[in-house]
Amino acid sequence: MTDLLLGPFSLRDPARARGLASLLQRYAPKDPVRIVHVCGTHEMAIAQHGLRSLLPRGVEVLEGPGCPVCVTPTGDLDRAVKLAERGAIVCTFGDMTRVPGTRVTLAEARAHGADVRVVLSPAEAVEVARANPERDVVFFAVGFETTAPGTAAVLLDSPPANFYVLSSHRLIPPALVALLAGPPVPIAGFLAPGHVSTVIGARAYRVIAERYHVPVVVAGFEPLDILYAIALLLRQVREERAEVENAYPRAVSEEGNLRAQELLATAFAPSDAVWRGIGRLPGAGLSIRDELARHDARRAFSVRVEEGEEKAPGCLCSEVLLARAVPTDCPLFGDPCTPLSPVGPCMVGVEGACNVWYRYGERPEL
Amino acid sequence: MQRVVPVRREARAVSGRLREERVTSLHGAGGELMGRFLAERILPKFRLRSAGPIGLDKLDDGAVVGLPPGRLVVTTDNHAVKPFRFPGGDIGKLAVCGTVNDLAVMGAQPVAITMALLLEEGFPLADLETILTSAARELVDLGLPLVAGDTKVMGRGELDGIMINTTGIGVAEPAISDAGLRIGDVILVTGTVGDHGMALLAAREGFHLQTELQSDVAALWPLLAPVLAEGGVTAMKDPTRGGLAAALNEMARKAGVGIEIDEEEIPIRPEARALSDLLGISPLEVACEGRAVMGVAPDRADAVLASLRHHPRGREARVIGRVTGDYPGRVILRTGVGGRRFLEMPLGDPVPRIC
Repeated sequence: MTDLLLGPFSLRDPARARGLASLLQRYAPKDPVRIVHVCGTHEMAIAQHGLRSLLPRGVEVLEGPGCPVCVTPTGDLDRAVKLAERGAIVCTFGDMTRVPGTRVTLAEARAHGADVRVVLSPAEAVEVARANPERDVVFFAVGFETTAPGTAAVLLDSPPANFYVLSSHRLIPPALVALLAGPPVPIAGFLAPGHVSTVIGARAYRVIAERYHVPVVVAGFEPLDILYAIALLLRQVREERAEVENAYPRAVSEEGNLRAQELLATAFAPSDAVWRGIGRLPGAGLSIRDELARHDARRAFSVRVEEGEEKAPGCLCSEVLLARAVPTDCPLFGDPCTPLSPVGPCMVGVEGACNVWYRYGERPEL
Repeated sequence: MQRVVPVRREARAVSGRLREERVTSLHGAGGELMGRFLAERILPKFRLRSAGPIGLDKLDDGAVVGLPPGRLVVTTDNHAVKPFRFPGGDIGKLAVCGTVNDLAVMGAQPVAITMALLLEEGFPLADLETILTSAARELVDLGLPLVAGDTKVMGRGELDGIMINTTGIGVAEPAISDAGLRIGDVILVTGTVGDHGMALLAAREGFHLQTELQSDVAALWPLLAPVLAEGGVTAMKDPTRGGLAAALNEMARKAGVGIEIDEEEIPIRPEARALSDLLGISPLEVACEGRAVMGVAPDRADAVLASLRHHPRGREARVIGRVTGDYPGRVILRTGVGGRRFLEMPLGDPVPRIC
């Protein structure tokens, strides 16, 4: 049985899944534990395969602030809307156009005549800038360490003078620390996001294990990857260890992608940043370095926006992002808040916990 | 004057060429050209043209149809599929099968069909010919007469190429609804799911996907007629837009029962699964055009399954689940790795213009 801990082989094999499920029962904790992951892809895999129904009683797995679209603050959205209304072409990823700022969404601004375009990559936004030399083109950049190197690469590749980046990039490790440092929610362990970890490496989480004595397991995205990683976490909890374990070695190394890290460090500097629903977190954002200031939309255009937080009454998004509540705890979930008419950002982003739970029929009672 | 003449001559030359190869507004204008167009290019395509004293040949204002005994079932569909030619079929075959299948899952034997063409000015006549030939081939296979029709031509840009409306009439004894599931019934599908939607998506411009996957578009009546004779079918539906997920949810809601499905038992082609993983679209949420999902009384399930598998279009028929009293109106999916979740009604078909 313990040979299952050698790693997953056939990643959706039902027999192996049953084996891991009974192994999970063996590591079932005596007291209830809360495990937090911070990745929309993890949440989709967990929901799509019904993995929560395989966990031992008392083990909860929650998505924290794992959806970049959801944590982008209203101030940045308002800034993007204002730039678009002033005549700039604003390029961004599809979901971002549907997230409400304090007044409107980018899609609504577009309906009123603003030039807002959906792109699939930062390079596509650069192409828009080259094709429209007489216009200012702003790439509204969101995402974690996974997408930020792409933005860094275009910033460092001599983009045209009319190309600007509005950086709303965020960093994962400082957010994990913030979840631990916040008001007491006992977090027994973290499932670290596989994609982000390919860039920053497993070593980036050592601070969590060493300073805060909370175990971290880097997890892949197939059902068995996730069950396996949860088994490793529960074993650490049971054995009262707090280490960083890599359950996704086929993609993630100890040191990560050094070239991507170098790009990030050359184009950006870590800075304090507001996370929607959570607040200002030290060192958890990426600002464009002074050498590239001429491409920084924040410095190139003076736009006044409120940094305050707008929240719909009754919406539990903040609690969901802080891993203190699950979507079905929210009184608005499903009625009136649905992916077609979202109230809070967790229902807008396809990686948001509420959106995923709604689409995949995830319910704790199953 | 001097300037106008050569321009006119040129215009005539161009329109003469166009008239040969492409649909023009005159093809739908009710005059001599339209008459010739119908008589030469459309009517001869269809071998069976009447189901009673007045049929298509009479070019009357309507058809007069004689009916066998039973309850009359009527259905109508607009078809606006993109691209109009796709791996495994085209809009002509789809227009016939879509309507025949709606009749078939009502338990109705098709008796007659009508076809209305909406054509965009400039649509290549050779493409129209291909489309009508494939529609006609299906009708001959089914022995189903085309008894009435209409042709309209829209201006350029007012329509994307071609739309076809088909209305089918059939006779059922008894009619089968999609609301008749009972607790204890077994849920069957007649073949692999998601082929049509995934094949269409792969064929769309911009994806550049090479796949062997073909649409499952096919007429269901030849497969279902012996099954209905077998008895025991309590509810039936063809999972078109929204796919299997939408069909099951609708059946559960209408009957006020729960449905439990084993994901492992759902037949899905490896090509469809690969495309689904690549595009992030569930094969359970995209359309089939040649499949039925049905509830069957448990004591008749083996006989129905055997009957389905006896037919070439039902070789991959499978029992995928059962009807329960738990969670009325909901569908529970037991996932491949043994987990459980609700299979939700899709918000909308992820692939627009599918049928």
